[in-house]
Amino acid sequence: MTAAGNPAFNAAARPLGGGRRLPLTWLGVVPFFIYVGIFLLLPTTIIVAGSLVGPDGSISLSNFDGINRPFMFKSFVNSIEISTISAVLGAIFGALLAYAVATGDPKGFLRRSVMSAAGVVAQFGGVTLTFAFVATIGTEGIVYLWLQQHGIEMYPNGVWFFDLPGLTLIYLYFQIPLMVLVFIPALDGIRPQWREATESLGGSGWHYWRYVAGPLLFPSFLGCTLLLFANAFSAYATAAALLTQGGVILPLQVQALLTSETGSSSPGLAKALALAMVAVVLVVMSLYALLQRRTSQWLR
Amino acid sequence: MGTITRAAATGVEVRLEHLRRVFAGVVALDELSLTLAPGELVALLGPSGCGKTTALRLVAGLDEVTSGKVLFGGTDVTTLGANRRDVGMVFQAYSLFPHMTARQNVAFGLQMRRVDEQERKRRADAMLELVGLSGFADRYAHQLSGGQQQRVALARALAIQPKVLLLDEPLSALDAKVRGRLRDEIRRVQLEVGITTLFVTHDQEEALAIADRVGVMNKGRLEQLGPPTTIYTRPATPFVAEFVGLTNRIEGDVKGGEVIVRGTRLPLVRPDTPDGQAVALVRPEAVSLGSDGDAGGDAGGGPLVGTVIAVAFLGATSRVTVDLGDVIVLAQMPTSQASAHPAGSRVRLTLRPDPVLIARDETAAAEA
Ligand SMILES: Nc1ncnc2c1ncn2[C@@H]1O[C@H](COP(=O)(O)OP(=O)(O)OP(=O)(O)O)[C@@H](O)[C@H]1O
Ligand SMILES: [Mg+2]
Repeated sequence: MTAAGNPAFNAAARPLGGGRRLPLTWLGVVPFFIYVGIFLLLPTTIIVAGSLVGPDGSISLSNFDGINRPFMFKSFVNSIEISTISAVLGAIFGALLAYAVATGDPKGFLRRSVMSAAGVVAQFGGVTLTFAFVATIGTEGIVYLWLQQHGIEMYPNGVWFFDLPGLTLIYLYFQIPLMVLVFIPALDGIRPQWREATESLGGSGWHYWRYVAGPLLFPSFLGCTLLLFANAFSAYATAAALLTQGGVILPLQVQALLTSETGSSSPGLAKALALAMVAVVLVVMSLYALLQRRTSQWLR
Repeated sequence: MGTITRAAATGVEVRLEHLRRVFAGVVALDELSLTLAPGELVALLGPSGCGKTTALRLVAGLDEVTSGKVLFGGTDVTTLGANRRDVGMVFQAYSLFPHMTARQNVAFGLQMRRVDEQERKRRADAMLELVGLSGFADRYAHQLSGGQQQRVALARALAIQPKVLLLDEPLSALDAKVRGRLRDEIRRVQLEVGITTLFVTHDQEEALAIADRVGVMNKGRLEQLGPPTTIYTRPATPFVAEFVGLTNRIEGDVKGGEVIVRGTRLPLVRPDTPDGQAVALVRPEAVSLGSDGDAGGDAGGGPLVGTVIAVAFLGATSRVTVDLGDVIVLAQMPTSQASAHPAGSRVRLTLRPDPVLIARDETAAAEA
């Protein structure tokens, strides 16, 4: 700290000569940094700054008082719940699919097709995805109607599709392929020698999973689950298109607070809420990075 | 340490009987029969794809035979799973469990055998000492060099006191210097423990240096099995002659059980070779050099006169490359002799009348 604060030291360590020495390769990443600056750092700064400014323009924490209200708390719980459920289910099914792919022929049809499909589907989301689901299994959807014509009622105990369970189902549509994409590298890092070594040392298949493959894959599995959590936690458009009721999950709550439709626009509170979301995602992603670093040492 | 490792000194006879393995129509291993005496180290040597790994995996139980038998100490183990065969296996590379320390790796087999923790640790440490890694017990694989990792792998394989030790190119991922040292180290440990060992390699120098007997394989078949000196000096087939050691290919004329190579009559390993044009395989050691003009009257340039184009210093010996005009010939001799023929000098070649083989493409063509 003291060294950094010393101008003489700084000048010596880093000659400020108008960037004469700046390598050309840096030029290539400049657009990326500008992009990140405008669309990630700037909004985050605005959120942080805005959440700390009270209605009277002074710096205060008064915006955070509003978070304590029950309906806020409810959307927080809903968000955590749907993110957790869709992450865990997505991780389990995605890992199983990834395992099937990773143990197959590395140049085979299964792998090539699953990987490219996953690459596309994992990016699919928002209004189009919701529409696709509504058009198939919504109460006007073709599958729903077709089943109804054949005497089968899809929602005998009430339509859950337009509520959180439906949202979870839609989220799984991109969570599972995302899991395949992020978990495959860990599976590929598992070497066949380890299984054979286990066998020749007297171990069974169970021993292999219990002592070798399990411990090796678990940190990565956990890390990928966290990534899926963050993915669901911050998803907005998909939910906005499906749920008619506002403010059910956090991103929708933020939206509700920003638009004055309800007659009670409170941008300060919206920013405070957004900051809380950023904090959650930051914590989750830090854990993810930590777990990934640990695994990468093993599964190169 | 001694007592523990000696306890493992229970070399058993290992017998492979007519082992055959076919993968979807491809014959990877064809009728391999081989008996390893208790405590013997046999190296299987051959080019890539000749079935060495396949043979090893069949002995380990990691793969199933198409037909044939594997016997350890007279007991048929052919249908026994790998985890019940008591086989120690060392792979080419990256076989250590990366999330375990060296000690945990070595103790793993004992853990599978429900040896209690104290005893596990004691035996693992003794094994690490045996391979010269006492101070490395708490390191992870990524904190060890390639050579050290292979030592740990060897310790791990031996810790379970297996009946047989199998090594599949354990040195091929290492650089040359480490390779030579670790090769000798493996041999020392193997002799100390007295375990019957099958060592697979495609490196002929390695095979000749480490093994009691070398089996040379080609296309799934065992071409020749014998002590290193026999394999080198008396190759049974042209394939062995060409695969083991350097060989000159010189054209000659087969006539009456001899081959005449540029005026020199050389006996044939197989006197029944049909007469006609052929390529003789001549070891560099069988070629000696004299200054051009030494050999009596015909100094005008006989058929075996050429120019030295390179001299490779190998230590005690040197290898001289001679251009005869239409063919390049290698000659190997003590360095003191080679120094008399620097690059550029004219030399006369003399071929020692050792029995020679005829190159296989000619014989193959004759057979076909
Ligand atoms: N699982 C398998 N499926 C199909 N073919 C195989 C399989 N394993 C080996 N082969 C084939 O069997 C033959 C022998 O293979 P093997 O691995 O035993 O050779 P190798 O002598 O160990 O060669 P290298 O020196 O390259 O390791 C090869 O032609 C190989 O393609
Ligand atoms: Mg092999």
